[in-house]
Amino acid sequence: MKRIRLPGLWITLILVIGVGVIPAINGSASLRESMFTILMSVALASSLNIILGYTGYVSFGHIVFFGVGGYLGFYAISQLGWNILPAMLVGGLSAGILAFLLGATVLRLRGAYFALATIGINEAMRALVINIPLLGGPVGMEMHFSEYKKYGGPMQALWMVYWGVLIVTVVTIIVSYYVKKSKFGLGLMAIREDEDAAEVMGVVAPRAKTWAYVLSAIFPGIIGVLFFFKNGNIEPGDAFRLQFSIELIVMVMLGGAGTVLGPVIGSGLYQQLRKALLTSPIFKNIQLAVAGFLLLLIILFIPAGAVGWLRAKSVKLRRVLE
Amino acid sequence: MILQVQHVTKRFGGLTAVNDVTFDLPKGQILGLIGPNGAGKTTLFNCINGVYPPTEGKVIFNGKDITGSPTYKAAALGLSRTHQIVRPLNELSVEQNVVVGACYGREKLGLRKATAVADEVMEFVGIRERADQLASSLNVAQKKRLEMARALAARPYLLLLDEVLAGLNTAEVSSMLDTIRNIREQGVTIIMIEHIMHAVMSLSDRIIVLNYGELIAEGTPDEVSQNPEVIEAYLGDPELAAQLLEEERA
Repeated sequence: MKRIRLPGLWITLILVIGVGVIPAINGSASLRESMFTILMSVALASSLNIILGYTGYVSFGHIVFFGVGGYLGFYAISQLGWNILPAMLVGGLSAGILAFLLGATVLRLRGAYFALATIGINEAMRALVINIPLLGGPVGMEMHFSEYKKYGGPMQALWMVYWGVLIVTVVTIIVSYYVKKSKFGLGLMAIREDEDAAEVMGVVAPRAKTWAYVLSAIFPGIIGVLFFFKNGNIEPGDAFRLQFSIELIVMVMLGGAGTVLGPVIGSGLYQQLRKALLTSPIFKNIQLAVAGFLLLLIILFIPAGAVGWLRAKSVKLRRVLE
Repeated sequence: MILQVQHVTKRFGGLTAVNDVTFDLPKGQILGLIGPNGAGKTTLFNCINGVYPPTEGKVIFNGKDITGSPTYKAAALGLSRTHQIVRPLNELSVEQNVVVGACYGREKLGLRKATAVADEVMEFVGIRERADQLASSLNVAQKKRLEMARALAARPYLLLLDEVLAGLNTAEVSSMLDTIRNIREQGVTIIMIEHIMHAVMSLSDRIIVLNYGELIAEGTPDEVSQNPEVIEAYLGDPELAAQLLEEERA
């Protein structure tokens, strides 16, 4: 009997799918909604991990891809009457193309300069969208209720979106795993460790970084379409919420940047924590401050994150956790 | 000629770090590059492999003009180097470090083949038993070997070694010298910057000497070590130098 191949991938996938199907078993709508948030965070954090964890570029304003994809997809659905699948495609593609175009410019910046530039891009996009009447300007757009009828009514539509986000999350994790295990991923990690040395060894850093950025943008673009379709409306403030972007960084760092399982664990933990804080009378107003403090603690004491810490502890765990 | 350096000059603002240096390097030789601290040796390496473009002049590698092209182009054409101050990819294993060299070097191997090449090269430079360790956990001598392994895994035509012997103890130096000889046996052309004179004199087919960015002497190890200008560059006073050399011989 052969040993199980790719344990690192299977453990992560079984965890996500196992937790992901619980709402379907007990049919609870409120559980489904909170699971939707968690799965969405997992997909976004895993995408961010490709550029942040593997390549070592801190994309602070990564939510811009969620916003741009969401906006264009939502426009296609609500104004052009498109079906959700092609709209998701548009969302993913537009985010990817934006990342490709930005890649040539902002990826030349390193360290804090890159991080600042990504914040600037997010804010610029928000400002741009506010000034485009076609996209609803500052008030955004709404979707007519009848759109849900195409999918058999609102109830079915919400379940469909839930399964959609689960599938996208699973695909994101698989991509994240194979990137890490590939020659391309090795090049990215070489860039993370020492970009100049990597180039001396022949890694074509500008190209590799750009593709990593594109890859990390596509899934947030798709998720954006699903999220705003479920929401029924889209506003600039929701689409380009910098706060969420920062929370994603906390999730990746908490679970372990540069690992496949890390962003999954980190998102789950963070969303649980957030829920607890938001429902507590003391903390509900300073929930973000707690996130910031948490990030500080992680960077000071366990910079490798939970999974990174476990991996460093034992050789056995290193074999099964990725 | 595997490498032709033609009138290369590099200025940093008002400072001329390399001044009008010209030399040719035939295939299969070991060329020693010596000179006092701050003579511009590493800067010359940086101009050759493209860390920065020379202010003036040309670098021709295997008949191709690579002046000012990025380091990864040089690497793809078969020009590898080590760094004077080691630059391991700390959070990757020793093996992964070497696999990067094989994957992205001249042969652009896939992961599987690259791993096989890496195994072979790690064996060759003597860090095979460290393969699974993190690169950051190696000591200086091992890190120097790692630099070398990464460069060799790329299967280069020309290898630039920047002070691979510095900081090593006597036993480590002599084993490293054997390694360098073995590399040459495999047909790789080498330029080495070195401060340990007996090492560079015994290994090199030819030596060039830089002082204040200028090439002041060129020739066989014997010729160069007799050259009064070289001796002066190193020691300031030619008479004292001659005296010291006598003592060394005695």
